[in-house]
Amino acid sequence: MTQEELFEAQEREQQRQAGLENRIYCCTAAGCVSCGSETLRQAIADQIKAQGKEGKVEVCGTGCMGLCSRAPLVRTSSNGMIYGGVTPEDAESLVAAGGPADKRIDPQMPFFVRQHKVVLANSGYVDPERLLDYIACDGYQALAKALSDMTPQEVIAEVKASGLRGRGGAGYPTGLKWELVAKQPAPVRYVVCNGDEGDPGAFMDRSMLEGDPHRVLEGMAIAGYAVGAQQGYIYVRGEYGLAIRRLQAAVKQAERERLLGSHIFENSFGFRIDLRIGAGAFVCGEETALVASIEGRRGNPRQRPPYPPESGLWGKPTLINNVETFANIPDIIRRGSAWFAGIGTAESKGTKVFALAGKIANTGLIEVPMGTSLRSILFEIGGGVPGGAAFKAAQTGGPSGGCIPAEHLDTPVDYESLAAIGSIMGSGGLIVMDESSCMVDVARFFMDFCVDESCGKCVPCRAGTVEMHDVLLRITRGEATEADVAMLEELAVLLREASLCGLGQTAPNPVVSTLRYFRREYEEHMRERRCAAGRCRFESAAQVQGGAQ
Amino acid sequence: MDPLTGRPRLATVWLGGCSGCHMSFLDLDERLVDLARLVEVGASPLTDHKDFPGADITLVEGAVANSEHLEHIRAVRARSGVLVSFGDCAVTGNVTAMRNAFGLENVLNCSYRENATVVAGVPEGGAVVPRLLERVRPVHEVVEVDYYLQGCPPPADAIWDLITSLLDGRAPSREGGRFG
Amino acid sequence: MSVKTLEIDGRVCTGVTGQTIFDVAWENRIQIPRICHVGGISDIGACRMCLVEIEGRGRLHAACMTPVEEGMVVRTATERLKRHRRLIVELLLAERNHVCAVCVTNGACELQDLAAELGIEHVRLRYRFPKLGVDTSHERFGLDHNRCLLCTRCVRVCDEVEGAHTFDILGRGANSRVICDQDEPWGESESCTSCGKCVQVCPTGALFAKGRTVAEMRKDRWFLKYIVTAREKRQWIR
Repeated sequence: MTQEELFEAQEREQQRQAGLENRIYCCTAAGCVSCGSETLRQAIADQIKAQGKEGKVEVCGTGCMGLCSRAPLVRTSSNGMIYGGVTPEDAESLVAAGGPADKRIDPQMPFFVRQHKVVLANSGYVDPERLLDYIACDGYQALAKALSDMTPQEVIAEVKASGLRGRGGAGYPTGLKWELVAKQPAPVRYVVCNGDEGDPGAFMDRSMLEGDPHRVLEGMAIAGYAVGAQQGYIYVRGEYGLAIRRLQAAVKQAERERLLGSHIFENSFGFRIDLRIGAGAFVCGEETALVASIEGRRGNPRQRPPYPPESGLWGKPTLINNVETFANIPDIIRRGSAWFAGIGTAESKGTKVFALAGKIANTGLIEVPMGTSLRSILFEIGGGVPGGAAFKAAQTGGPSGGCIPAEHLDTPVDYESLAAIGSIMGSGGLIVMDESSCMVDVARFFMDFCVDESCGKCVPCRAGTVEMHDVLLRITRGEATEADVAMLEELAVLLREASLCGLGQTAPNPVVSTLRYFRREYEEHMRERRCAAGRCRFESAAQVQGGAQ
Repeated sequence: MDPLTGRPRLATVWLGGCSGCHMSFLDLDERLVDLARLVEVGASPLTDHKDFPGADITLVEGAVANSEHLEHIRAVRARSGVLVSFGDCAVTGNVTAMRNAFGLENVLNCSYRENATVVAGVPEGGAVVPRLLERVRPVHEVVEVDYYLQGCPPPADAIWDLITSLLDGRAPSREGGRFG
Repeated sequence: MSVKTLEIDGRVCTGVTGQTIFDVAWENRIQIPRICHVGGISDIGACRMCLVEIEGRGRLHAACMTPVEEGMVVRTATERLKRHRRLIVELLLAERNHVCAVCVTNGACELQDLAAELGIEHVRLRYRFPKLGVDTSHERFGLDHNRCLLCTRCVRVCDEVEGAHTFDILGRGANSRVICDQDEPWGESESCTSCGKCVQVCPTGALFAKGRTVAEMRKDRWFLKYIVTAREKRQWIR
């Protein structure tokens, strides 16, 4: 397709949709699907037929609308309403009268109003399985613009000027990385999208891939043009079956319309995207392990330098970015770097997607400008801790991150501020805890995760996580001493300074941060054999005497 | 100190060990005579003392493998000035702890049921035979240890060096210590 | 091939492009402790024993993986590095079942040597006591997983020098173990050539030759240098 054809297709589809009486968007992302939204969608389709409204009312699947706690969610275009907890029984009313009034969700809720959607803008407004939906929402226009109006260097300059930083957690300036890859001498270069989202509690990337896959494809193609690559890979974790299917379909659709493949928009630039599926290893989210995995080798990280931009896949310069990073690109190119740089803070531009989970009223997916305070995210947008319980801590960054206590709730969410209080931005998982969480057990949980996921190559991580977990476990059983905690801290230093890769280097973070803010809990466990949260069971003194462990 | 002679009291204990460390101790040969002038040897498997009243220096051979060891080592620690883990079994668990990998139940099964030639069955023991612990443990996992003598067994020279250093109030040389 | 001048532990040393800090240190009789490195096979920087401090660079760097650069200032034996090495060896001693008393390489074991060098008198961590097996199906050699450090020297020497790639690693993290071919008994391996190189490079008694006593089980690692020099430089050094 040519650029003109793209605009024509957009106009045609927009008119077609405008001509409908009602378009019913039924969320078919994993969360709502697990609450029966596929059955619901079928019920709505049946009702459309039954009420003789074909051609006037349409139902389609759509991506995550964010308020997962009220799943299944449905949005109706006729009145712009969102409905929650929808059942197949509501299908009739949805088709006939616009929806069950008692299930309406107030669109003026802070949950919706306080968000700023950029990468999630289409989620809930497009059918992820339909290319025309994406085109109707300005899809592929950024790619067309880049190919027709900009040189690769200009694209890179725009990305640099935008201030976009890697959304996978490390926050490396994206434009700089692109520039590094583009500078490499080799004719063969690769673009890789890291979709191995492995942090417990993180579902941002999953939702983006399920809800708006074309956005990621477009972002990758623009990157390919900018750095001089003809081949892209999306590495998706194997557990994301729905995302994989949506991506595969999206790639095929794009190829069919020559939006991917050779001579895109009749330009000499061609870009192929293939999927590579993970096989259950968190460590394969580490970029060098990911490269090894795509190459068909064991997913062990390797020493850096050399870094992937210099030597990555099959020794070639490789650009590796996170799903969310790529998802930001189309808008940056289409609307300009100045627009993007106008959102967020001085050092952290743009928005960030967070997955709210745990003891929070509005569990789900949100997107906020960088610099929004944690308090605002949790209490205004998130709706606070349900049941009137007291907030205790918020965990960001998964097993590489830290717990943030109430005293730091006014911390703005940006890369530097979170690091300063002992946590990290991470990929966006945000787990909320109340008084029923034992912080020692939380540290133990994340260390257990690292024990399972360590690749085993280097001694500090392979053996050190096991020993750290053992100490934490014994603390929760009241069997540990001060000397054990001292050992824990020594091991934490070793892992941080001596591990081969980020998994081992950051594995101590949850322990270190809970020791920093919740040391009293550790002490209570050890000295008083008491768990304030009431979670830990302590063996009787007699059992300890018998040396059962 | 021994009230009669004023000399420091040296005691030795063996827990779950083969007594090889004690044999190495006896390898001090003529130095035993010198030692006799420097210390008062108290409770020890090599002497006839039946209880453990206390010591200034106690050498502990063997790992903590049964309930009696556990009880005894706690009493020994409480009544000792300096406690030394004596030999690899005490320091690391060593051969005594090899059964940990298999689990107590399997070990008892193998010994008393599968390989029984006369009467098959794990003995009850009653109140007399100590209960085997689920996990054999090096001494420092159970009580606080002040010094370690590595080796299986530690060479007599190392034993001599440690005891005389302690008696002189010096730090032991630690040269050449190795496991095995 | 340009010459690089650098400082290691206060001594001025020279190396050439392509040499690692480890190589240059070794040539200057500065012995940096190591486990996974053995001259003649590729380096992987896995054991983390050879970590050194480089002035101006915040992180610690594996000496075996870091090429020398002009003007580098390297410290190989600071208190911090010694603490880390000690803890790494303690972790290894606690991870599997290293019972020196009953091992055929007692007295000639690199792990034992390291522990002695680092002044380790006892292990401050709790021993794991994992249940691991022994594979004696091979006619001439044995593989005792209890003594294995997962250094992968055997994997690399078999792959790179012998060309058979009989060994590899199965499993992840602490569940990793060395396997033969498709996780088969060594004696049934169709790729193994029984050359014994793996036994010679193994730092502990994990790989051993059958029928040897403790006094006889001494490993000769210098054959590697001989083979590799012959292969690459066509020089016979022995």
